[in-house]
Amino acid sequence: MSTVTTTDLVVAFGDRRAVDGVTVSVAEGEWLAVVGPNGAGKTSLLRAIAGTVAYCGSVRVGGAEVGDMSPRRAASAIAVVPQHRVLPDDMTVFDYTLLGRIPHTGYFGIEGPRDLAAARQALERLDASDLEGRRLGTLSGGEVQRVVLARALAQESGVLLLDEPTTSLDIGHTQQVLDLVDGLRTERGIAVIAAIHDLTFAAQYADRVLLLDAGAPIAQGTASSVLTEEAISRFSGARVHLMRGPGGEPVIVPRR
Amino acid sequence: MVTVGAALAGVLVGPASLRPDRVMAALLDRLPLITIDSGLSDRETAILFELRLPRVVLGMLVGAVLSVSGGAYQGVFRNPLADPYLLGVAAGAGLGATLAIVTVGSGSVLVGVAAFVTALAAVVAAYGLGAAAGGRRSGSTLILAGVAVAAFLTAAQTFIQQRNTDTIREVYSWILGRLGTVGWREVGLLAPYAAVSIVVVLLHRRLLDALAVGEEEARSLGLRPERVRLIVVLAATLGTAGAVAVSGLIGFVGIIVPHIVRLLVGGSYRVILPLSVLGGGAFLVVADLIARTVLSPAEVPIGVITAFVGAPFFLLVLRTSQRGVGR
Repeated sequence: MSTVTTTDLVVAFGDRRAVDGVTVSVAEGEWLAVVGPNGAGKTSLLRAIAGTVAYCGSVRVGGAEVGDMSPRRAASAIAVVPQHRVLPDDMTVFDYTLLGRIPHTGYFGIEGPRDLAAARQALERLDASDLEGRRLGTLSGGEVQRVVLARALAQESGVLLLDEPTTSLDIGHTQQVLDLVDGLRTERGIAVIAAIHDLTFAAQYADRVLLLDAGAPIAQGTASSVLTEEAISRFSGARVHLMRGPGGEPVIVPRR
Repeated sequence: MVTVGAALAGVLVGPASLRPDRVMAALLDRLPLITIDSGLSDRETAILFELRLPRVVLGMLVGAVLSVSGGAYQGVFRNPLADPYLLGVAAGAGLGATLAIVTVGSGSVLVGVAAFVTALAAVVAAYGLGAAAGGRRSGSTLILAGVAVAAFLTAAQTFIQQRNTDTIREVYSWILGRLGTVGWREVGLLAPYAAVSIVVVLLHRRLLDALAVGEEEARSLGLRPERVRLIVVLAATLGTAGAVAVSGLIGFVGIIVPHIVRLLVGGSYRVILPLSVLGGGAFLVVADLIARTVLSPAEVPIGVITAFVGAPFFLLVLRTSQRGVGR
């Protein structure tokens, strides 16, 4: 069963089509990586799926059209980890995590015991319980990423959208974050759609890869079928060498 | 506890020395089911219940409203320097109130209404000018725009005040900020404004947290940010207008109190706003206590006291917030 299905999805800003006719579906527990050069429309695609930007075509999540959902309902179905975020330095980790409960509370967002428990569990699941009382401004890059994921997890939605979740993380923390996401989707059946810069990581973690260029879908399928040397050099203008990892997955190595 | 302590001190201290034990007894006597003979004379009872008590209650209301409005503006504009006074909201309310006083007299309910209308115009102008001049990126642009709006409105207010010499004393004593000559009537005038404003802002405290993490994330959490902003600004402005209409321009409360609370408990409006209500009440009652005792039996306008504390405090916030503003 598909949790997320887009059909001929178009997002236009004036004359420019940031997303141009994307048809893709992601099943429960499946991980789709969206790759492509800067400005390819990855972020706009995620925003359209989250229902935070106007679109043409169709985006259905759990059988319902996202554009017809109230913002609150969309938020309880879809959690977003944006790339650019504003984290108030002096807000505590727990208060921040609790924001994930807003879609589940009434209009005013006053939380009950169940919401407090959900926030605690989310932090615990991401090994961030010890950070609970810390202020956001004091966290390291890796800790921030875990806390933001905890906020998204507290939303208890079936779909998780990640926009460049590993930018500015070193390789160890990148793996840690991607492993956590991987664990969540297998254990809770969360459908994950992630825009990822690093093609090798995309190939290692995602079930399928969608390659976008200038908003248009160029190819989608398994990492080996989409990430060819030819496609990569054509769309990113990069000189790369494609090798195979131990599991046969593509490993992309830049060439001078 | 601080708030209760401040309130008691406010009731106990004054030019007519009433014995503290008798004041306590008289207060307890007013509680249901308790009857104590306080031993206060009729005159002393009148001083207590008709002068001191309304003054303390009004101080708490005004302090609470100004603090919670300051916190609300800080949340809505994502700007730690926002404050009813600095945004020009208070000056706007002052102009409206002056207009109403010279045309219909200071006792009218219209004073509050006129203050609200002009205060709203002021906050819209400050925000519009700030956005036009520097976008939302720079926190200080909004404040500069607010200062310009405040200067303009204050000039207009002064002009009207000087042209109406028959009411000039009335306007002048009010504009400096005073809790002095009030009675229960002023408390009654402010109470509905204060109640609506505080309740609405407090109900939105979680949503202000969501606004604090940015427009995009707020939307993805299911908020309509424009709507939340509009409602909170309306509520904060209503409260400010009410406070200005009864007690004049008392500056800096909205910046001092929420920031002290923020330093103590962290940056979540979930906690900042309720504590600002209590802290603001206590702060203003203490400021009033100082205002009426330092030069006793003469009184210093309370706005002078809050500015003495507030201006240096503002510089401190400005210094520490330069990092955080506009990210």
